[in-house]
Amino acid sequence: MLQANGLSLSRGGRRVLSEVTLALQAGQVLGVLGPNGAGKSSLLAMLSGELAPGAGEVLLEGQPLERWQGRQRAQRLAVLPQSSSLSFGFNVEQVVRMGRMPHDTGLAVDQQIVEQVLGAVDASYLGGRNYLQLSGGERQRVHLARVLAQLWPGADGQVLLLDEPTSMLDPLHQLSVLDAVRRFADHGASVLVILHDLNLAARYCDQLLLLGDGRVQASGSPEQVLQPEALHRVFGIDVLVQRHPERGHPLIIAR
Amino acid sequence: MNPALVPRWLFVALAALLLLAIWLSLALGPVNLPLTDTLRVLFGMLGLGSPDAPQAELIIGQIRLPRTLLGLMVGAVLALTGVAMQGLFRNPLADPGLIGVASGAALGAALVIVGVARWVTLPVSIEPYVLSAAAFAGGLLVTALVYRLGRRNGQTQVATMLLAGVALTALAGAVIGLMTYLADDATLRALTFWNLGSLNGASYARLWPLLLVALGVALWLPRRADALNAMLLGESEARHLGFEVERIKRELILCTALGVGAAVAAAGLIGFVGLVVPHLMRLLVGPDHRLLLPASALAGGALLLFADLAARLLVAPAEMPIGIVTALIGAPFFLYLLIRSRS
Repeated sequence: MLQANGLSLSRGGRRVLSEVTLALQAGQVLGVLGPNGAGKSSLLAMLSGELAPGAGEVLLEGQPLERWQGRQRAQRLAVLPQSSSLSFGFNVEQVVRMGRMPHDTGLAVDQQIVEQVLGAVDASYLGGRNYLQLSGGERQRVHLARVLAQLWPGADGQVLLLDEPTSMLDPLHQLSVLDAVRRFADHGASVLVILHDLNLAARYCDQLLLLGDGRVQASGSPEQVLQPEALHRVFGIDVLVQRHPERGHPLIIAR
Repeated sequence: MNPALVPRWLFVALAALLLLAIWLSLALGPVNLPLTDTLRVLFGMLGLGSPDAPQAELIIGQIRLPRTLLGLMVGAVLALTGVAMQGLFRNPLADPGLIGVASGAALGAALVIVGVARWVTLPVSIEPYVLSAAAFAGGLLVTALVYRLGRRNGQTQVATMLLAGVALTALAGAVIGLMTYLADDATLRALTFWNLGSLNGASYARLWPLLLVALGVALWLPRRADALNAMLLGESEARHLGFEVERIKRELILCTALGVGAAVAAAGLIGFVGLVVPHLMRLLVGPDHRLLLPASALAGGALLLFADLAARLLVAPAEMPIGIVTALIGAPFFLYLLIRSRS
């Protein structure tokens, strides 16, 4: 369980985040929405311990994040950055197996997990391929598999933070990858995911947090947050909000 | 990463190559010893039988064994620290000299070589030791400076370190240039030879410091193989995997500064080994540091011994600086890798 109280951050005299408070719930997916520069990635950096907050605190299982020992923290908290700079020719299985580094579960278990997570993100067919020869979308799925492997199969108390995991994926894989994340959360882990696609957020998230100008503009269920006025205020877009004819979640249509 | 996929044959081949290099390095030179005598002397030294070849025993024990050990350790240390720097900078073109240690060592040596010739008088017997100590200290000092310049908000910025390393290398080069300008002909020759590296002048007394450092580096770096693998993903990714990245960066820099500093202090500047050996081994075993580090250590030692053989056999009875040989092999090979990777 991850909890953030009153997080604020200033950079170069500019306020990047003010007073953000949130709590991730077990088994739930929290979507973070907001325009470019709203402070989404800064928020994620503070939640993952990468950046020290100017004010406020981040608690993992009730303990301040910085007090956790690296390996213990890594067994509970996994983070997928927006992009990766890996430029060495590991094969795909080696990259995914790195997710098991904080654990001592042994080769056999690790191998099993690697196969399962690769299956979960529809990347089993990439197994022996050289990472450097993959497309951007395939690399993104491999890294998602790596962070899933770090927490697999997912349990109450574990936290997964994802920064735009679908930014390079084709429509089919946007759905199948978020489906996998959803099913992962169903085992008890909490997930925070930064998304740009409002309809994907409506479809897969239990809770949403709308960030604008470094402040929480709205939070709650997708129905509560995805309102035309709020979306106009934060994104400056005019939208119609309808119901998905089959699934019932809000459907955002630009006017 | 899977032990089932470990290319055992490759390690057997590398070990065999290294043994061959050691054997030839002990046997060949101005006086060629029969290979069987060399073996007998070696076994004799290990307490197995009596060699009964006093001349071979003398040449090997006094001259060739320290030289061979020196080559072995310098090669292994340069290759290992090359791997460490390529991992730290996440760049397969990084070189152990990148953080200023080699140029700092060269500067320290140049100051002593020219200083002794012009201003200070030292007893001839201790001059080599003062030279080594100055080179080692110079390497550590410049690296410490590069490291300090790369620190910001309690974090080590490797990109800033890289730039600081380039700048300080240029500055050290300028001072070395000044020393060269001030040097007379004999000093100039000493300076040049030192800058091109040589295993000549190896003795047990000068071997010990390097031996200690080399053992430390060779035992320590493999313990950080997992961390180095994770660092290739990126520093924050490594942190998220539970590694204490700042501490590991400090360790890698310290290992490299001590290793290269000691190697340069003992044998002068020997280029391309730290760049080419890790590169070549990566082609053979892949980027996994658990295999890459031991493979590079073996190959680095072997390569340097073969290069030294070439240095003393090609122009015998004279001897050329080993740095020329490694650059003559290394640079074209590197170009070949570049051209190959483009196509």
